[in-house]
Amino acid sequence: MTDHAIVATHVSKQFGDTVVLRDINMEVERGKVSCLIGPSGSGKSTLLRCIAFLEQATSGTILVEGQPLGFVGDGKDRRRQSPAELRKVRSKIGMVFQQFNLWPHMTALGNVSAALRRVRGMSRSEAEDRAMRQLDHVGLKERAGHYPSQLSGGQQQRVAIARALALDPTIMLFDEPTSALDPELTGEVLSVMRELAAEGMTMVVVTHEIGFAASVGHKVAFLDGGKLLFHDTPEAVFQKPREPRLEQFLDTYLDRGAAMLK
Amino acid sequence: MSFDFAVILAQGPKILSGIVVTILIWVGGNVAAAVLGFLIATLRRFGGRGVDVLLQVPIEVIRGTPFLVQIFLLYFGGPYIGLRLDPITAGFIGISVYGAAYYAEIFRAGYRSVPVGHVEAAECVGFSRNQIIRFVLLPEMALLVLPPSINMAIILLKETALLSLITVPEMTMTVSAIGSQQYAFVEALVVLALVYWALVEVANWLGRIAERKLSKLSA
Ligand SMILES: Nc1ncnc2c1ncn2[C@@H]1O[C@H](COP(=O)(O)OP(=O)(O)O)[C@@H](O)[C@H]1O
Ligand SMILES: [Mg+2]
Repeated sequence: MTDHAIVATHVSKQFGDTVVLRDINMEVERGKVSCLIGPSGSGKSTLLRCIAFLEQATSGTILVEGQPLGFVGDGKDRRRQSPAELRKVRSKIGMVFQQFNLWPHMTALGNVSAALRRVRGMSRSEAEDRAMRQLDHVGLKERAGHYPSQLSGGQQQRVAIARALALDPTIMLFDEPTSALDPELTGEVLSVMRELAAEGMTMVVVTHEIGFAASVGHKVAFLDGGKLLFHDTPEAVFQKPREPRLEQFLDTYLDRGAAMLK
Repeated sequence: MSFDFAVILAQGPKILSGIVVTILIWVGGNVAAAVLGFLIATLRRFGGRGVDVLLQVPIEVIRGTPFLVQIFLLYFGGPYIGLRLDPITAGFIGISVYGAAYYAEIFRAGYRSVPVGHVEAAECVGFSRNQIIRFVLLPEMALLVLPPSINMAIILLKETALLSLITVPEMTMTVSAIGSQQYAFVEALVVLALVYWALVEVANWLGRIAERKLSKLSA
C-alpha cells in the first residue's frame, strides 16, 4: 500500500477530436488537500470528473486508495472493471458540484439519508439518525425538514456536502463549490471545508478562491490547456518569480486571495 | 318535432354495457399505452444512440398516420399476415400502441427536463440505474408529465369512438344503434356527447387531485 489516496498516471481525455487532458500525472497523499486552479476551459472539471468516474479517461490509469478505477491494466490489456468492482472503488469517493445538484423533491434530510437507505440498506430510522448527525456536522440540523428551494445557496451546498459525507468516503472531490454562491455565502461553505481538511479528509478542490488554495491546500495544481503545469506546495507555486502562464492567470483571476499574495 | 330522450334511456342496460366496454378499453389501453410509452422513452434514454434513432421510426409512423387507418390496418389487414383478432382485442391493442407513441414523447420530454447533474449526484452516491429512474428521474419529472398525460388520456377516450367502425361494442356503437332503431338519432348523439364529456371531466378531476398531491410533495 502506498500513502497515496489518488494516483493518476498518463491520464488523457478527448471529446471527439478535442483533447481536453494531456498526459496528466498527479498524486494526492492520504489526508492531504490538493487545490486545482487554472483558467476556465483548462480541463479542471474534466480531471475531477475522471477521478469521480463521471467521465472515462481516454487513456491512462487512475488508482483510488491503491485500487484501479474503471479499468484494469493499460495499453492493449486495458479492460473494464466489473460493475461490482467499480462500485466498490467509487464508494470511496464523495463528490460536491458547483450547482449543488440536490434532489428538489426531497427534504435536506431526505437528500442525505436516501443513499443510506437505498444503497446501504439501512432502515429508515437508522438512516435518518445518521443523516441528522451529518446535517448537524455542517450546522443544518434545524433545516432538516426544508426542501432545497427553501434553503439559501450556501445551505444547499452544505447539505450536498453532508450528503456526500454520509456515505463515509475517504476522498472528497469539490468542483468549484462556491462559484454559484453570492459572495457573502461562500464563507460558510469554505469554513465547512476547512474543518473537513483539519479532520484529515483527503480532498481535491477545483477553485478560483486563490486564498483558500494558498491557506488550506497542502498542494496547488495549476492546469493550463489540459496540461498539469505544477503540482506543488502553495509556497513553491506562488513564489516569485512565477512561471509566465501562472502569472498571467493570477493577473486575470485576481481576487482578494491573490492580492494577498502579491 | 320534440326531443324524446325517454326512448333512448329506456335502453339503459344496453347503453350501460357500451359505457362499460368504452371505460375498460379506455382505462386498460391508457395504462398499457403509458407503460409502453415509458418503457420506450427509457430505452431511448439509456439504450445508446442506435436504439434511440431506431425507436424514433415507429413513433413517427404512428404519430404521422390517422388512428382510423391504423385500426383498419390492424383489424382488416391483420388476417393477411395471419393476425386474426376479435374486435375488442384489436381495439385495445390499437389504443395502446397509438397512445404509446405519444406517451413515449411525453416521457422523453420528462427525462430531458431533469438536470444531468441530479443524475450524476445519484450516481456518485451509488444508486443503480433503476434506482436513479425510480427515486430521482420519475419523481422529478412527475409534475411536468402529468398535464400532457391527462390530455393524452382525454384524447384516447375520444379516439375509442372510432372503434365502433371495427364493430367493437363500445358506447358509440351501442348508442347510435339504439338511435337508429328508435328513429332518435339526435337524442342518441346528445346522450353520447354528455357521457363522453362526463368521463372527460372525471379524468380532469383525477388529474387535478394528482397534481395537488404532487406539488405538495415537492413543495
Ligand atoms: N462533454 C463534453 N463534450 C465536449 N467537450 C467538452 C465536454 N466537457 C468539457 N468539454 C471541453 O473540455 C474543455 C475543458 O472543460 P472543463 O474541464 O469543464 O474546464 P474547466 O473546468 O477547467 O473550466 C473545454 O474546452 C470544454 O469545452
Ligand atoms: Mg469547470
